[in-house]
Amino acid sequence: MSFLDIEKATKSYGAVRVLNETDISIEEGEFLVLVGPSGCGKSTLLNMIAGLESVTSGEIRIRNSRMNEVKPADRNIAMVFQSYALYPNMTVHGNISFGMEMHGVPKTEREKKITEVAELLQITPFLDRKPGQLSGGQRQRVAMGRALTRDPDVFLFDEPLSNLDAKLRVDMRTEIKKLHQKLGTTIVYVTHDQIEALTLSTRIAVMFGGDVQQLGTPQEIYDNPANMFVAGFMGSPAMNLLPATLRANSAGMQVELQLEDGNSFSLPFPRGVELASFDGRDIVLGIRPEFMTDPDSADQESDEIHHVELPVDVVEPAGSDTFVTIALRGKGAVGRFRARTAVKAGERFKFAFDMSKAFAFDPATEKRIA
Amino acid sequence: MTPIRSNSVARYALYGVLALFCIYYLMPLYVMVVNSFKPLSEITGGGMVALPEAWTLAPWKSAWSEAQVGVEATGLRPYFLNSFLMVIPAVAITTILGALNGYVLTKWQFRGSTLLFGFILFGCFIPFQVVLIPMARMLGLMGLAGTVPGLIFVHIVYGISFSTLYFRNYYAAFPTELVRAAQIDGAGFFTVFFRILLPSSGPIAVVCVIWLFTNIWNDFLFGASFSDFDSQPMTVALNNLVQSSTGVKEYNVHFAGAIIAALPTLLVYIVAGRFFVRGLMSGSVKG
Ligand SMILES: Nc1ncnc2c1ncn2[C@@H]1O[C@H](COP(=O)(O)OP(=O)(O)OP(=O)(O)O)[C@@H](O)[C@H]1O
Ligand SMILES: [Mg+2]
Repeated sequence: MSFLDIEKATKSYGAVRVLNETDISIEEGEFLVLVGPSGCGKSTLLNMIAGLESVTSGEIRIRNSRMNEVKPADRNIAMVFQSYALYPNMTVHGNISFGMEMHGVPKTEREKKITEVAELLQITPFLDRKPGQLSGGQRQRVAMGRALTRDPDVFLFDEPLSNLDAKLRVDMRTEIKKLHQKLGTTIVYVTHDQIEALTLSTRIAVMFGGDVQQLGTPQEIYDNPANMFVAGFMGSPAMNLLPATLRANSAGMQVELQLEDGNSFSLPFPRGVELASFDGRDIVLGIRPEFMTDPDSADQESDEIHHVELPVDVVEPAGSDTFVTIALRGKGAVGRFRARTAVKAGERFKFAFDMSKAFAFDPATEKRIA
Repeated sequence: MTPIRSNSVARYALYGVLALFCIYYLMPLYVMVVNSFKPLSEITGGGMVALPEAWTLAPWKSAWSEAQVGVEATGLRPYFLNSFLMVIPAVAITTILGALNGYVLTKWQFRGSTLLFGFILFGCFIPFQVVLIPMARMLGLMGLAGTVPGLIFVHIVYGISFSTLYFRNYYAAFPTELVRAAQIDGAGFFTVFFRILLPSSGPIAVVCVIWLFTNIWNDFLFGASFSDFDSQPMTVALNNLVQSSTGVKEYNVHFAGAIIAALPTLLVYIVAGRFFVRGLMSGSVKG
């Protein structure tokens, strides 16, 4: 019984199921981000909350009242669209005013609210312009202003930043975060940018193929991915997912990795204790680039740092970091080194693996096993 | 220098040909205008192409208000009025209905809406002659036979396929997110249509209006088939004017009458023509 409940909701277009049974509960004031690759059903789910798409089965409740049959206008929601959807024939003023007008807000009150919102979003100078005469960032703010005047129960955002250039996107991201902290309104926000998801949300729902793969706080999603998809999707650069073999020996569990040149090396796998019976089994080892570093950058607190000398394949300086690729069989593994490092492509170099942060996945089911 | 010179020679040749075509197409208009200002004697005297020796407005006056049209000597004036009474409501209603159809077919799609659009489109290809008899029967049953409202009805039925086609294609390119945003803002079916879609439909509305106006104004077959003496449109009256003169053929009056009949469409093109091209383009570029 939360603020916004999505219960066993599904969506089909004819015979095509695009959203499988989904359960999400959102508390008042939460910032939930729906994230996932293109076509996974994020917009569909958001539109179902908005009432723009019907719910095939299941239920959506806001403040504990069923919304399935309620018209979008009566759900007390506001929505910002990916393309902003500003009415081209109206001025900025008209755009912001339209929703209030439709809801029967008296004129004086409308004007007051518009002034207030325009002030907040710094769009006062453009109030008399048409949307066609605004830049992308300004349009984005107008779209936001239109939503803000409504004082809704829930804000719905569908990729509001995807049309902006990189710098403006970062600025607007901060603005949205500030706005949420200031207003405390519940927000459901769709994006396929995992940085946006991690920075903005209080909780994240990672979606793929019409299913919610994992729902949790950004920390949980990042530190405890439930499966290979979530592990690979969240984080930049992505987590290394490496084919490996489990070995049980006198020193405990080990994972064995094959190099391109046919040699192999082993690392202890502390999480593997529960997997003692899995000796010889193939797994997928998941380890993030920041836990494969040069020995000096390794986390000094961790007691599971293991050093291995390995051949370096590619070195990519990226400003604050240098990304170093090791040629493993079938697939390169990327490590994150400090910016100024002596490592050179083609040479051997000592890597520090933080094995307390490594995971094992089942290659068949893609689920996490340790 | 040589390429430029040969270029300009080619260009003069091109202009020459274009000028010839221009004269060729304008010749009939010139003949009509010139002869409508001549006394009949000058025409029968053989000088069709020459400028009038004695300019006169009498043929115009006669065509407008005095000439024998059918049985009475009323001139074309009452029929001109009939045509307007017919064309204005027919164009307005057909355009609005087409816009509404286009709106529903693109933004409120339902099961079978594509099929329905297919059927409506089919209406564009039905030849006029096929519907004459069933339509006469229909009009009789509705009590509209031989009246201006009857003609309006016929033209609406015929025009709706075209106006639907125009608006549907235009609205297909219109972002659906705008409609959704308006719905969330609390706008209903008609508010979305009148406040959001229609104000952005200028170019296609112009195309539609020009198309319908010229077709309905120039229609002869329906006018001749479904009207009585007092509800005849301009085209039918013009025909009667030309046919009915029992004695001498008053060519100068006929020319003046024909020009009067063509004036409204000419005017519509001049006023709205530049939007016409723009409207035709906008659909194709966006789609
Ligand atoms: N009207 C429709 N009929 C059939 N399938 C549809 C319809 N609308 C969407 N889909 C399908 O539903 C799936 C989910 O679409 P949705 O728009 O929710 O994706 P998304 O996660 O928002 O993707 P993106 O990041 O590209 O916006 C897609 O595979 C899409 O092809
Ligand atoms: Mg989407």
